[in-house]
Amino acid sequence: MKSLFKVFMCIALIGFVALQGCKPKGVQASAGGDASKAYVAPGKYDEFYDFVSGGFSGQMAVYGLPSGRLLRVIPVFSVDPEKGYGYSEETKPMLNTSHGFVPWDDLHHIALSETDGIQDGRWVFGNGNNTPRIARIDLKTFRTAEIIEIPNSAGNHSSPFITENSEYVIAGTRFSIPMDNTNGDVAINTYKQNFKGTVSFISVDKTSGRLGIAFQILTPGINFDLARAGKGKSHGWMFFSCYNSEKANTLLEVNASQKDKDFIMAVNWKKAEEYVKAGKGTKKAVKFAHNIYDENKHMASSEIENEVLMLDPKDCPDMVYFMPCPKSPHGCDTDPTGEYIVGSGKLAAVIPVFSFTKIQKAIADKTYDGEYDGIPVLKYEAVLYGEVQKPGLGPLHTEFDANGNAYTSFFISSEIVKWRLSDLKVLDRVPTYYSVGHLSVPGGPTKKPWGKYVIAYNKITKDRYLPTGPELAQSAQIYDISGDKMKLILDFPTIGEPHYAEAIPADILMKNSQKIYKIEDNQNPWVAKGDKYARVERKGNEVHVYITAIRSHFNPDNIEGVKLGDIVYFHVTNLEQDWDIPHGFAVKGANNAELLIMPGETQTLAWKPDRTGVFPIYCTDFCSALHQEMQGYIRVSIAGSNVPIAFSMGKTQPIDSNVVNK
Amino acid sequence: MNNIFQKAVIITATVFLLACNNTTTESKTDSATAETSSNAGQANVKDDASMKDIVKIAIGSADHTTLISALQQAELVDVLANPGPFTVFAPTNAAFDKLPVGTVDGLMKPEKKTDLQNILQYHVTTSSLKADFFTDGMTIGMVNGGTVTVSVKDGKIVLNNSATIVASIPASNGMVHVIDGVLLPK
Repeated sequence: MKSLFKVFMCIALIGFVALQGCKPKGVQASAGGDASKAYVAPGKYDEFYDFVSGGFSGQMAVYGLPSGRLLRVIPVFSVDPEKGYGYSEETKPMLNTSHGFVPWDDLHHIALSETDGIQDGRWVFGNGNNTPRIARIDLKTFRTAEIIEIPNSAGNHSSPFITENSEYVIAGTRFSIPMDNTNGDVAINTYKQNFKGTVSFISVDKTSGRLGIAFQILTPGINFDLARAGKGKSHGWMFFSCYNSEKANTLLEVNASQKDKDFIMAVNWKKAEEYVKAGKGTKKAVKFAHNIYDENKHMASSEIENEVLMLDPKDCPDMVYFMPCPKSPHGCDTDPTGEYIVGSGKLAAVIPVFSFTKIQKAIADKTYDGEYDGIPVLKYEAVLYGEVQKPGLGPLHTEFDANGNAYTSFFISSEIVKWRLSDLKVLDRVPTYYSVGHLSVPGGPTKKPWGKYVIAYNKITKDRYLPTGPELAQSAQIYDISGDKMKLILDFPTIGEPHYAEAIPADILMKNSQKIYKIEDNQNPWVAKGDKYARVERKGNEVHVYITAIRSHFNPDNIEGVKLGDIVYFHVTNLEQDWDIPHGFAVKGANNAELLIMPGETQTLAWKPDRTGVFPIYCTDFCSALHQEMQGYIRVSIAGSNVPIAFSMGKTQPIDSNVVNK
Repeated sequence: MNNIFQKAVIITATVFLLACNNTTTESKTDSATAETSSNAGQANVKDDASMKDIVKIAIGSADHTTLISALQQAELVDVLANPGPFTVFAPTNAAFDKLPVGTVDGLMKPEKKTDLQNILQYHVTTSSLKADFFTDGMTIGMVNGGTVTVSVKDGKIVLNNSATIVASIPASNGMVHVIDGVLLPK
């Protein structure tokens, strides 16, 4: 008997060991992680592309979901030496602003282009938060195609949020400031008289994606935090969360938390369009940069524009309304039907849900609760659908699935809470590690959420990964939401600091992804479309090297005749017409960076030699079996030297050109 | 007793392990899209946008079916779809036909795979050599370790005094020089 018992115990033990063997290593039992759901086998693709803001890195990162694998970092508002972005002569203009070249900004939010409220996979937009700008990234090439600066704005936080047919990308100012066309040299404590806010409506050309500031709306001197477009029944409206209705200009931590309620600002932009047509706008003198990357020229240009059209709600009745919203609202999210607008007061004990139908009725019935700076304030109770009671502490952002559920992130209680729109009941809650900021459901801000996962973008990492000194990678967490209960399935680190992110099904994007640039379409003025065009030309103290790169040599690779005081422009054309065969280019002592040149592309590195000698050049991107042979020399002689310009590849120069300078 | 115990252990462990395998298979189907990338090898990468590589050029040529079969038998197809760069001297079907009867069939036998690889690698060098790079008397080191001697006379490029270049085709990963004879390693 005893012996039989032992046998059973052994069997049970072996079974247990065998099951343990199944578990992926490192999954913590306490988190209930089911990493197999995030496992994408070698050679298989992820289901979703996830576009994640890089926060203070100024870039945008692309991850695969559910694996959390990093696929690409797209340089947007910061220089990126890895790709030569902001270093090559062709890309420098992308970072030009009315303040000059800005090499580093802060990218917070993501907006994927939409058609009829559904992600269409054409472009993704990001905001430059510090020096206010909006960027458009082309999803064929995953490159920043355009950047437009926003005048009359400071801290471009309430941005970029997109309307359901990508009619507009909107940008609201975080800081109110004296307007650009006024004398800004005023005492800061004259805030209430002199400081104003704006929200900008940036039009997107349906075919080219080209941006333009269609109009700005002048607002009271409050702070705009986030926004969402209406959709479906509420298409034509835009909702902005606002804080600091106290109009404090110091210690906002205390002084902007005085009132019980701040606002959500509702803008009827169809009405605004009518006022623009009717000539109600005023042109304001401003200065802002507009930068465009020409895909055929492989070159950016930057122009300064001088005018913006401003609508003042004083002259445009029925265009702007305020809705009271408890305690410094942060997130302001519209559900897939467009009926519900969810406000999230950072300091609020409830989540108010507003009804678009009730908003329309309150406006029609003029159910006002007074005015704020001449703008009607709708009565809270008249526009409220209901409040989610005791949801958690510090609600921030809300996303939606396709089944009528909402998911709200809570910074202070460090959790995601799932609740139901129909009855505002809390259904489930899961902890995040730690202190979640934004969260994202694939398609969550659109009319058609794809669901399946919710991803938490956490602000605090602490002990989540192996420690790496005082600075830690930020942590993102992916939860399976296909069942009733949310289940954590994977942690993954991110670059910079992830704020908002948007995910889109892989099959919408991957079929459009470009493999090469066709060399015959290359219109770069400095292109060399083949060996016969490879050359070196002197123009005054500029030396232009038209250099080609193909496995596994540069042409020319022996260059002489450069003199101290010259600026050498290496115009490198990658002649390859083969997917994933970039070449790199570096010259010893270059003070800016290197180049990375895609197949069929031309990029230029400017180099000012600081001494005489012979300097090596080489390919920095492992391109082929003979990558290490892909090298050459450039000779720099003294100023006034008589060494003539000479260049070659595959031949040794006649000895008489090797005259030593005297 | 001991015997029963052993059997029980084996059966139990097998059952649990099988269960484990099933879970893995299911989750794979769950978590990834139907699309698969290139586990099949570099020659199978789907890419209609890029210039054709050496393998695609050879496959597209009706005069090189023997070469392609030989490359497949020698497992060199994926190799030649690698970034290279390569120069491939590509004998035509007629060139292979000039060999003594039965030579090709003999080389295609599994036990002759090493010999076949040696001959085919004698037709490949790892650098991209355009026709105008060849000079009279130059020698080229080939992938199999042997060398090929070039002679250039009256604009005709002849290799090892036995095979003439009759056409040159640029590929994304190098050059294909069509030759009218098979090069035999010394």
